[in-house]
Amino acid sequence: MKQITDFKLIEKQDYGRSVWLRFQSEKALPEITAGQFLQVRIDGSPKTYLRRPISIHDVNSESNEISLLVQKVGEGTRHLADTKLGEMVNMVLPLGNGYTLPDDKDEKVLLVGGGIGIAPLFYLGKMLKKKGLKPVFLLGGKTQNDLIRLEEYRKIGEVLVTTEDGSLGEKGFVTQHSVWKNERFDKVYVCGPKPMMKAVFAVTKENSIWCEVSLENMMACGLGACLCCVEKTVEGNTCVCKEGPVFNTRRLLW
Amino acid sequence: MVNTKIDLGKGLVLRNPVMTASGTFGYGEEYTDFVDMAQLGGIIVKGTTLHPREGNPYPRMTETPSGMLNCVGLQNKGVEYFINTIYPRIKDFDTNVILNLSGSTIEDYVTAAEMINELDNVPAIELNVSCPNVRQGGMAFGVTCSGISQVVTEVRKAYHKHLMVKLSPNVTNIAEIAQAAEASGADSVSLINTLLGMAIDAEKRKPILSMVTGGMSGACVKPVALRCVWQVSKAVKIPVVGLGGISNATDAVEFMLAGASAIEIGTANFIDPAISAKVAAGITDYCERHGFEKATDLVGALEV
Repeated sequence: MKQITDFKLIEKQDYGRSVWLRFQSEKALPEITAGQFLQVRIDGSPKTYLRRPISIHDVNSESNEISLLVQKVGEGTRHLADTKLGEMVNMVLPLGNGYTLPDDKDEKVLLVGGGIGIAPLFYLGKMLKKKGLKPVFLLGGKTQNDLIRLEEYRKIGEVLVTTEDGSLGEKGFVTQHSVWKNERFDKVYVCGPKPMMKAVFAVTKENSIWCEVSLENMMACGLGACLCCVEKTVEGNTCVCKEGPVFNTRRLLW
Repeated sequence: MVNTKIDLGKGLVLRNPVMTASGTFGYGEEYTDFVDMAQLGGIIVKGTTLHPREGNPYPRMTETPSGMLNCVGLQNKGVEYFINTIYPRIKDFDTNVILNLSGSTIEDYVTAAEMINELDNVPAIELNVSCPNVRQGGMAFGVTCSGISQVVTEVRKAYHKHLMVKLSPNVTNIAEIAQAAEASGADSVSLINTLLGMAIDAEKRKPILSMVTGGMSGACVKPVALRCVWQVSKAVKIPVVGLGGISNATDAVEFMLAGASAIEIGTANFIDPAISAKVAAGITDYCERHGFEKATDLVGALEV
């Protein structure tokens, strides 16, 4: 069940272009699946009238905590990043459909993240590990500064890295990483900029690998009411907020 | 105890003045985690056309200061799909379920209206003659007195329950349009639909919306909407339903003071999914604080 909840900011870590935020609620959290998102209310400016959709980075249902990894791209995310410890932030959650977890714990899974798109893969990796799988992360950025909290990801699974300038890991795009040649994966989970996700999809298609991607079309309601965030799919114009944000690539017209 | 009941005539009786605006509340199902339908006067479901429509290409929305623009373009699966698939799921909501009907020809409006007339639990149609986002989205009808007279006259013959006509603010004299709707048989008018607007990405030298223009809604349109309600309520005898930027109970009361018998909450549903029920409770609070026994006492009570 979805809820509208006030969360208190209890910890934050600033990484310059992005920020990690840990929030706690007094209310019990609803069940949240990896890949779902929430809508944050940004108070204080006429330029942040609508809520901001943000993917859920981590969940601790025992302590009613959620974490967000947010890139400061506009007025809304900058305002959110400026939240001070102890301040309250209102969120609607959980929204949309998350990633599909495999039933078979022997399946080989690759989690491919680009830039801030690494955010939801953290919780996904945790859920996969909990199910007995051994998640492998393949995370790409322009430079090493784009890739943050890698030490946390390493606690969950193997972390492979590409950077466009070669400052960390293999030089190039995620699709150029040697892991694609050396290993065979059963499932590939992707989140990142659309061109990057399309490139990963092309690789999985060529190799007939099951693939799910998370879209981030511009949204208003986040609930499937306004029909603004549609993506063309095999079923026609489909709301990313309600039917997605995670889609199996078979449903997309890419 | 404040009596919040609003009788809009021809069988449409609301338990309180608050309805949700078409296109902002889905089919109600999207909001059941947040709002008890029994706390609302009615819900006006997504704009429906005789035939299915895919709507306009993405991108369909952009934020503006205190508001937003959209060019969704009436994406819907058609009236048959509504009747067979959606209606059975929502017909027992404990509130008035009103269908917003749009069309591109008078024949389409009439055929769909005849079908909706058969639905026992839909007591009213909100006739959309004011969608700015499709070439023949009805706005061609809604911007002239002769156009609105034509479509309302023909739908009136086919539809025997409450006929509410939703008006566009993108006209030179909205009061004349409202009078034409009234004279052609409308039971009420609702206003305003979105204001035609536009947004540009200067860096790319491109329009932001796929259709270049779109309908503006949200808190920023409230002063225009309030003025329209004020002008129309003085010009017609049928009830006026006010909408446009209503974000809280004070806004709702202002619309009623300006002459609205009931109100609709639109874009504010996106910012607080529970706002509609809060506004209903807030109108009651206002009446108590100011000694009004009935919500209808607020209607047109502006002291000019």
